[in-house]
Parts: sequence; C-alpha cells; structure tokens
Amino acid sequence: VNVEVLDCRGQRCPLPIIAIARRMPELPVGTVLRVVCDDEAAALDIPAWCRMRGQEYLGTAQNPDLEGSGHAAGSYKPGITAKSYDIRKIG
Amino acid sequence: LSTATRITRATVIVVTAGSHHDTPNGGYLDAATAAPLHPVARQALLAALDEGWADPERLYTAARRARQLLDAATAATAQALSVREDEITFCASGTDAAHRAVAGALRAERTGAIVHSAIEHSAVLAAAAAHEAAGGAGSVVVGVDRHGRVDLDAFTTAVRGRAVGLAALISASHEVGTVQPVEAAARVCARVGVPLYVDAAASVGHRPVPEGWSILTASARKWGGPPGVGVLAVRTGTRFDPGEPAPGPVNIPAIVAAAASLRATVAESAAESARLGTLIATVRDAVASTIPDVEVVGDPQDRLPHIVTFSCLYVEGEALVAALDRHGFAVSSGSACANRTEQPSHVLAAMGALTHGNIRVSLHPGVGERDVERFLRVLPGVVAGLRAETGVAGL
Repeated sequence: VNVEVLDCRGQRCPLPIIAIARRMPELPVGTVLRVVCDDEAAALDIPAWCRMRGQEYLGTAQNPDLEGSGHAAGSYKPGITAKSYDIRKIG
Repeated sequence: LSTATRITRATVIVVTAGSHHDTPNGGYLDAATAAPLHPVARQALLAALDEGWADPERLYTAARRARQLLDAATAATAQALSVREDEITFCASGTDAAHRAVAGALRAERTGAIVHSAIEHSAVLAAAAAHEAAGGAGSVVVGVDRHGRVDLDAFTTAVRGRAVGLAALISASHEVGTVQPVEAAARVCARVGVPLYVDAAASVGHRPVPEGWSILTASARKWGGPPGVGVLAVRTGTRFDPGEPAPGPVNIPAIVAAAASLRATVAESAAESARLGTLIATVRDAVASTIPDVEVVGDPQDRLPHIVTFSCLYVEGEALVAALDRHGFAVSSGSACANRTEQPSHVLAAMGALTHGNIRVSLHPGVGERDVERFLRVLPGVVAGLRAETGVAGL
C-alpha cells in the first residue's frame, strides 16, 4: 500500500484538516495518507472529516511510523505528543 | 483618551449595533450560557433589595420581612419544580449546586463510584473528578450516539455494576439540545437502588421537569433569573450528606428575583417553547441549505426548543464568534480555540461531531423573528468571508 505522510505538527485545528483537504485530490485512489499531528482536536476532527467527505478513516497510532513514500528523510524530529492518523482515499 | 471617554465611545458603538434588533438583546444568542434578565426578575430584584436585605435568621421586624420573602421564593420555586419546599437548597450558582449534588450523594455512599454520561456539564465532571481525587471511587462514563443521546443499554449495565453510589444524567444537552431519556434512566436506577442526579439547568423553564430523579439542580441565569443563584433539590428519603460548609447566608433579593422569573417563565413556557422551537427549526434548515460544508448536530426533533449547534468545515470557531460579534450577534463555540481551556467540547467529542468551526445559537424571549432572519442573512457571508481569507473555499 502506498503511504504518504503529511506532517502537521505544530498546527492547530482546523489547519491539519485544511492540509488534508488540499493534499487528498493529488493522491491516487487506494493511497493511505498518514497525518502526523500534535493537536488534540485532530483526533476528533480527522474522523469527522472522513465521514463528511466519504473517505475511510483507518485509525491512529501513538508512535508514528513515518516510512511513507512522501516523507523526506531526516526532516522528522520525534515528538513526544505527536500521533499519526491514517486515511485511505476511497474516492 | 481618558478611560471615561473610551467607555463612552464603546457604549455608543454598542448602542448602535443593538439598534438593528427587535429588542435590545435581540442579537444576543447565547441564552444557554446566561439568559438576559426577565422583566419580572428585574422588578422583583429591585423590590427585594429594599425589603429583603436583612438576615432572615434574626428576630426583628426587618429579619422577619426577609424571612417571609425567602419562604415565598422557596415555595414558588418548589411549586415550579414540582418538589417540596424542604427539599430545596439555594446555592451560589448552578456550578455550586452541581458540586454539592455530587459530593453530597457520594459522601453518603462513601465507597460508591459515579456513573455518568459523557455529555454532562463540566461542573458535574469536575465534581466527579474532585470526588476521585479525594480518594473516592472513580467514574464510569457512558457514551452517546451521533445525536448526543446517552446509550441507555450501556447506562443500565453501568448502573447495575458493583458499588455504584450515584448515577448522573443531564436532562438535555446544554451544548446540542438533545433531550435525554431521564425517566427511563430513573426507572433503571430505582430498580437497583442507585440515586439518580439530574442536572436540569439547560431544560428548566423550557420543558417540564422529568420525574423519578433523587437529586436535581438548576441555575437561575439560564431561565432569566439573576446570576449567582443555583437550586439544589434533594428528594426526601435520598441518602445525602450535605457536608460542610453550608451555602451560608443566601442572597435573598437574587433568590426572590429567580423565583419570580421561574414562575413567569414556566407560565409562558408552552407558548414560548413553541415559538422558539419554530425559530430554531428555521435556523437548522437555513444553515444546512445556505452554508456549504456544514454539519448541524443534535437531535432534530427530540431537543430543547431554544438551542441549535453546528460546525463549519475549515473555519476557526473563535474567528466565527468574533466575526458574528462584529455584526452584533453573540454566540458561543465548542471549538478548542474559542475556549479558555483550549480543549474542544467534550460533548461534540463524545458525539463524533466536527469540533472546529463550531457555533451554538441559543434563544430567549427577547429574540424575535426578524433577529433570526437577520442572523441567517449575515451568517453565510461571514462563513464565506472567513473561508476566503484562508483560501479554503471549495476545498
């Protein structure tokens, strides 16, 4: 599965949601967008956005795996509170 | 500029903004936080300031006058809430009443846990947390559905659990308006001998008080009474230890005003609830049809008549509140950025609703049809303007 990483650390809602909405049209169907966030509201708003936009919310992980193809090596600094949220583009 | 000049100029601006509305408070759409003072409350407050300032515990004429006013206010409040006079305690606020309700019930139970819905008022959640911090048992939180209605099966299972000292269920959501199945929950609690505490602050004056509860609280400022009056009602026979300190010398003028406005609000509630319910239905429909990418939340039918909540995708709640304020409308927001705690609303979170771009509109008798029409004319442009500013229109 093609995993794209979207680093939204340091952004407060609704900025991560806006970033997701901007990125999604560029991705082929079936791609998993892994959104890395440290804003608490993202945990609520990402699943809500997926529901409103008909995309598939796959779940969240505490220690983000950032090995997706869209991630520039070396740019990620481990954050203690960051979580990742996976969205599969289904349409 | 001197302070006085600044204040004078600010006043002029406020007066100008207010003149667009049917009444001076027509643009004030945050009644679920605090309703403007009911005219009856104002009259009663002024009269009671002259007549009811003395300490009702003393034995002279002025004290007896104060006592009579307090007794009459207690009787009127008891009648409006369908309880006995000796079941009522006046408190410093709705929050104070909620804390006393939870602490009093759990103090009497000693080891008991509290079962409560995920959408209780923050005062109830804080009281439950305080109980746990003081060495008491923890909380069992029961979830809600997409409309914000408690899962009655899960509530039933939780109440039947071991060592439950208290169950708490809000009468209707103060944030999204959804009415809760209080009487069904009360039957479940009665069967297992667990007292049910109902925070009725959001619904008193808008809907009849439900039956079957053991402990109930309300807040005068929600029904058009003055701020600083909470009501705690404990049914006779409920295991309850009020603890120390007692609320102390009460604010009799404020209580008199609260009772007078409660009686008036309850008397007007059938007609007023129908009027506000229709206006809110208009808002729900118009918001859904005139604003793109909006989610109107809460039960569309089984709801409080005066509250509607919705979330606008890609917009900051704080920015919406500020922009509407510039148009002369006061609304509240459950979005994290709009709250002192910087946490998104736990009610919206429990419902799985969008938490950013959130607004709650709540009406009162001073809001007319034209005020709502003007709000609905202004709102789409405000949302579109904010979206254009951040370049998210059409995303």
